[in-house]
Amino acid sequence: MSLLEIKNLHVEIEGKKIIKGLDLTINPYEVHALMGPNGSGKSTLSYTIMGHPKYKVTDGDILYNGESILNLGVDERARKGIFLGFQYPMEVSGVSVENFLRTAVEAKEKKDVPILAFHKALNKRVEAMSIPQSFLDRYLNEGFSGGEKKRNEILQMAVLLPKFAVLDEIDSGLDIDALRLVSEGINKLIKEDRLSLLLITHYQRILDYIKPQFVHIMVDGKVVKSGGYELAQQLDKMGYEWVKEE
Amino acid sequence: MSASTIDPLDNVLEQPVDSKYVFRSKKGLNEDIIREISARKQEPSWMLEKRLASYDIFRKKPVPTWGPDLSALNFDEIIFYIRPEDYKAMKWEDVPDAIKKTYDALGIPEAEKKYLAGLVAQYESEAVYTNLKKAWDSKGVLFTDMDSAVKEHPDLVKEYFMTKCVPAADNKFAALHGAVWSGGSFVYVPKGVKVDIPLQTYFRMNTKSSGQFEHTLIIVEPGAEVHYIEGCTAPRYSVSSLHSAVVEIFVKDNARARYTTIQNWSTDVYNLNTKRAIVYENGIMEWVGGSMGSGVTMLYPASILRGKGARAEHLNIAFAGKGQYKDTGAKVILAAPDTSASIISKSISKDGGKSVYRGLVRIGSNATGAKAHVECQSLMLDDKSSVDTIPIIEQLTPQSSVGHEATVGKIDEEQLFYLMSRGISRDDAVALVVRGFIEPIAKELPMGYAVELNRLIQLEMKGA
Ligand SMILES: Nc1ncnc2c1ncn2[C@@H]1O[C@H](COP(=O)(O)OP(=O)(O)OP(=O)(O)O)[C@@H](O)[C@H]1O
Ligand SMILES: [Mg+2]
Repeated sequence: MSLLEIKNLHVEIEGKKIIKGLDLTINPYEVHALMGPNGSGKSTLSYTIMGHPKYKVTDGDILYNGESILNLGVDERARKGIFLGFQYPMEVSGVSVENFLRTAVEAKEKKDVPILAFHKALNKRVEAMSIPQSFLDRYLNEGFSGGEKKRNEILQMAVLLPKFAVLDEIDSGLDIDALRLVSEGINKLIKEDRLSLLLITHYQRILDYIKPQFVHIMVDGKVVKSGGYELAQQLDKMGYEWVKEE
Repeated sequence: MSASTIDPLDNVLEQPVDSKYVFRSKKGLNEDIIREISARKQEPSWMLEKRLASYDIFRKKPVPTWGPDLSALNFDEIIFYIRPEDYKAMKWEDVPDAIKKTYDALGIPEAEKKYLAGLVAQYESEAVYTNLKKAWDSKGVLFTDMDSAVKEHPDLVKEYFMTKCVPAADNKFAALHGAVWSGGSFVYVPKGVKVDIPLQTYFRMNTKSSGQFEHTLIIVEPGAEVHYIEGCTAPRYSVSSLHSAVVEIFVKDNARARYTTIQNWSTDVYNLNTKRAIVYENGIMEWVGGSMGSGVTMLYPASILRGKGARAEHLNIAFAGKGQYKDTGAKVILAAPDTSASIISKSISKDGGKSVYRGLVRIGSNATGAKAHVECQSLMLDDKSSVDTIPIIEQLTPQSSVGHEATVGKIDEEQLFYLMSRGISRDDAVALVVRGFIEPIAKELPMGYAVELNRLIQLEMKGA
């Protein structure tokens, strides 16, 4: 059975049609890349998978492990193992990264998590990811640089261990070293925790680190072309015009 | 009080006669009751005279109309003094379920629950208090209940009690307080003594403290330091619907005082307080307060910066839930050169609650080099709730600076979406955002208080 199956998806926001009949199937332990010009609807797709209330599904379905998730709340989807790495992570003032992560783990485990034990485990985790420990005491994304925000998304993913993640431009804003570190972190989750992935990106570079089995190109709310890794290389050289023209 | 404003707690005074309550204290106020209070406390005659003079002022002064609507407040229906023997008539079963549930959720021990619920006037003394008291005694620090102070330290009380800080003529409720006050704390810190462990009323719950008209008098002599903590985060149930406390603090030259309080009276209570500090040269006064419960609250801690270089810091959190009206803020008079003040006020309203920031900053004509900064932020959790900001700034000398920032906002749905995308339920996500919102103030609270406050907010979010 496929892990995620999107069938003939139509999505509107404030009456405006953004996704217009999109199909996409992701099987367990697969890595898919989704590319496409600005405004083609990639982030809209990621929000819709996560269940953002503003994005209205007008037709089609999203199945996760064979069951429709359209009627599930955002938090329920997350607790089923779906994760979204945001293109623009939100800032939440006054809430430390650690406190936030503990609350999230408590929600997932449906029980209180001892503060001290969690603190120790989390410290190990950030050390393994070469993230400074001071990160944990800072307020969630507040005053974080673009790259720090992205690394924080990956930290959250590494703590929550989802089964399926959409990472929306996780590579944008990262310097060369950070891109390598983030990619290593993601690869570890793919290998050790058998994470399945939909990787939204504009650049081939991250795909050199995280090799996708499938590459899809989205234009104007639809997947217009799918292929293997070579499709990304082609795009890098030729841009989107040739796809649009086809 | 109309039934609609006191949900979910009924005012026991309005319950039908067949209620289990056999309440013997008289309602309403007259000279006889005041004489009775004084006699029962075996007060010296000067205190009785003070009470009667205050009562006189109370009768003449009108109820203030510039703030929340107090027209439903009927002085004839209020119990002004609860006799010790009346406590025996009250039973645990009579305490509303909502309050009991909150106590359980907060994990409050049995003995303390009864005190909080107003069932017992006294609370078993803790060994820790006895030890601390020894340490205080050796330094000459006085920390007793106000009733005892009248008898044991008459000179200090005569000089400072409702004389130059909050005189009875200040406002109608201060005058009422002067007439019927009972309980509260008396703190005296001698010159140069720094009290490192905060003085907490909690430590001396064993002494009489009716809560209703508590008087707190704190005198910090030059160069001395003290942190006084009043109240506790758990909701306190009360048979009376009017609470009018007075707090007077004297911060002498180079002294420092911090007053921390979290109030959480049951939601049928009018909480109308007068709290004020006079700060002398280079003294520092810090107010840290949280107002959770009550029906109508009027509370504007005031700092009068009388000496050169004096400084005041006001941190305030107000939470207005269903049927609640929080009219809170701060008042700072900068009356000397180089004085400075910082006011940070945060309010949260939910389920139709209303919160108003009302503040006054006055920089006197001789206060050259004075600086004041006011920051008020309001967070609305739904469309039914409302907030208002009424900041008054009077700057009588141009050689001073004032900054004011106010932000009013609804809870950010995108923030909630982000938190929920990590599996956190909506209620918990809201609680997290709210906790983050008050964090700059909550982190100034003593550890245990901050934890309890967070739990309390979580409960409020679940509509407990
Ligand atoms: N909240 C919104 N309100 C109105 N229009 C929106 C909203 N969100 C997205 N859109 C519109 O939907 C279209 C798709 O946006 P989306 O963010 O999904 O594109 P994208 O493919 O992620 O682009 P990019 O590569 O620039 O990140 C755009 O035209 C955008 O303006
Ligand atoms: Mg996008």
